[in-house]
Amino acid sequence: MAKAKEINAQIKSVKNTRKITKAMEMVAASKMRRAQERMAASRPYADKIREVLAHVAQAHPEYQHPFLAERPRKRVGFLLVSSDRGLCGALNVNVLRIVVQQMHDLQSQGVEVQVAAIGNKGVGFLRRHGAHLSAELTGIGDRPGLADMVGPIRVMTDAYRNGEIDALYLISSRFINTMLQRATLEQVLPVKKPEEKTVVTGERWDYIYEPEARPVLDHLLQRYVESVIYQAVVEHLACEQSARMVAMKNASDNAKRLVGELQLAYNKARQAAITQEIAEISAGAAAV
Amino acid sequence: MAMTIDVRVVSAEGSIYEGTADMVIAPGQMGELGILPRHAPLLTGLRPGELRIKHGAETEYLFVNGGILEIQPDVVTVLADSAERAADIDEAKAKAAKEAAEARIANQVDELDYAAAQAELLEQVARLRTLQRLREQGILR
Repeated sequence: MAKAKEINAQIKSVKNTRKITKAMEMVAASKMRRAQERMAASRPYADKIREVLAHVAQAHPEYQHPFLAERPRKRVGFLLVSSDRGLCGALNVNVLRIVVQQMHDLQSQGVEVQVAAIGNKGVGFLRRHGAHLSAELTGIGDRPGLADMVGPIRVMTDAYRNGEIDALYLISSRFINTMLQRATLEQVLPVKKPEEKTVVTGERWDYIYEPEARPVLDHLLQRYVESVIYQAVVEHLACEQSARMVAMKNASDNAKRLVGELQLAYNKARQAAITQEIAEISAGAAAV
Repeated sequence: MAMTIDVRVVSAEGSIYEGTADMVIAPGQMGELGILPRHAPLLTGLRPGELRIKHGAETEYLFVNGGILEIQPDVVTVLADSAERAADIDEAKAKAAKEAAEARIANQVDELDYAAAQAELLEQVARLRTLQRLREQGILR
């Protein structure tokens, strides 16, 4: 009976694990809904500021803002968005893979790289790999405000302004749907000019700036960068909860299957033990 | 046909207002701006203050706490740092926040904190002023 007992203990342990994964699945499901709502709510601002920026790119300002100007890339900055906690499938791994690949490519071309990381997983990974971390932010929670993220954003935009980096890329997860998230690389600075023209005016025109072009554009572009990154973080949270829900659902299903298999093995072991016992008894009786 | 202008007010927390208007009055950095359809393109920052959107006989009152205003001949876009409908202003909360900011200014610790407190005070004062103005005009009780 020793074997059957062993299997029984195993079944119990798998069942306990399943309880945990099931609970995490349900927590993630309810958080996911709220995270998706927040993602949807932050979209109008991001869309509108992109539109305004598209207009600005088509105007003919006498003042060329550094955020809009391309320059040779000798040093490149990355801003990496990852999650604080694990157990969310391949979400973080996919993001980190892009970072590693980019860093490797750029460094082989002799380009210096510095990284700012949001989220524990990214920070931990980059530290272990000895990357040049210029800013880090962890513990953003489920409901981040823009104010929480200003730190790393400032560090990177200031670095860009001061010429410490010549381009800034954002690496984060895009939310396609609940089952699918995709890690992406997006250029934030210099701001890319949109391809399609939204305002059809042939003539050269420019805004009236109040009070002046420089501070207004400064303000607008800073807000734009903040908005892009905020949007990415909010989107990442939605991705995280979705990925966790799916991962935990798979884990729960696997646990269920495992319990089934173990149960079968247990029944067989038990039956074998009984058969053996009977055989022993009848053999004993025959011997008498 | 009467001319109208499209108005869109968004903040980071979501879309606040979207519609057409005959005239928009916004608290620009250099003073109040009255915007009519076919206004010249303009880009400016916003102060904390009230944003009025006139449409026919109706006027929508919003409170914006700073941000950016973009004007194109046919569309006004307000990218507010935060915004709320005037009727949603929580007077008690605004007053409490104002007093807290005043207290922080009174016993200022460092420069950074002082600047933050001053911004906060400005915001709350503007919020309360909006509310007061609307009461005087009998729009809100």
